[in-house]
Amino acid sequence: MMCAIASLSDNLNTPSPSAEIQIMNINWFQKQPQGNDEVSLTMNISADLQSLFTWNTKQLFIFVSAEYETPKNSLNQVSLWDAIIPAKEHAKFWIHTSNKYRFVDQGNNLRGKEFNLTLHWHVMPKTGKMFADKIVLTGYSFPEEYR
Amino acid sequence: MKSTHIRQILSQAITLGMVVSSALIIWKGLICITGSESPVVVVLSGSMEPGFKRGDLLFLYMNKDPIRTGQIVVFNDGRDIPIVHRVIEVHERRDSKEADILTKGDANDDDDRMLYASNRQWLQQKHIMGRAVWFLPYVGWFTIIMTEKPVIKYILVGALGLLVITSKG
Repeated sequence: MMCAIASLSDNLNTPSPSAEIQIMNINWFQKQPQGNDEVSLTMNISADLQSLFTWNTKQLFIFVSAEYETPKNSLNQVSLWDAIIPAKEHAKFWIHTSNKYRFVDQGNNLRGKEFNLTLHWHVMPKTGKMFADKIVLTGYSFPEEYR
Repeated sequence: MKSTHIRQILSQAITLGMVVSSALIIWKGLICITGSESPVVVVLSGSMEPGFKRGDLLFLYMNKDPIRTGQIVVFNDGRDIPIVHRVIEVHERRDSKEADILTKGDANDDDDRMLYASNRQWLQQKHIMGRAVWFLPYVGWFTIIMTEKPVIKYILVGALGLLVITSKG
């Protein structure tokens, strides 16, 4: 019952999150010995997710994933970075970081390829329904050549 | 006197039977509604902290929607116990719509590759039992105590039995 009321009040919240991601540098971009492309990049991530917090919010789990398609795969989603935001005060931030997790393709399809960067957030309640949403940022692309 | 006594025992047995079958109906109903073989799961480890702690209860839901990064899934690829972790990578085939899936516990540094059975590099959709959609803290501790300290289970069942026998109906 408390669970239902808590989640109901969460639904009444109309959030207005915003985010920006800049790729500051492609650190390196190689084909690995097993034949798969791998890239290391440095990003500037800034966001204001304060409006997502309600009295029933325990934390936000946020992550940035790269999305692109290849001849073999209609969708590739690779998480590059994640963080936990434990309170509203920490939900407006910017961070300069390289990818936390390895960005490896299934194959060697990345040269010159366009991709999206998506900032996802997963709202973990103190109790009740969990929900998630995202902001999709388009227009990024890999270098034409390995480096 | 004797026939009233028998009637009392019968009515208590029927009440007990009704409680057990109601619980079973609710359980089967949950399986049906949530589309998941195990609609409710207790968090057993700390690998998803601070979001989920040991003893939290998760409600699962499963449908034909594709698996995507960020989803918290319960998977069992042939191990003893199912694991609740987050999807961090998805590669979906253009032709078959089958997907290679990689998971990781929020609190772990490494992904789950070392945990997968049979030297598997990726999970498939068939290994996913459900997505966590609802969450209740602490409630699962009841199940953990029952499993890890069976003596408490026997004490409780004994006390329950005593209560049924000694109650006036």
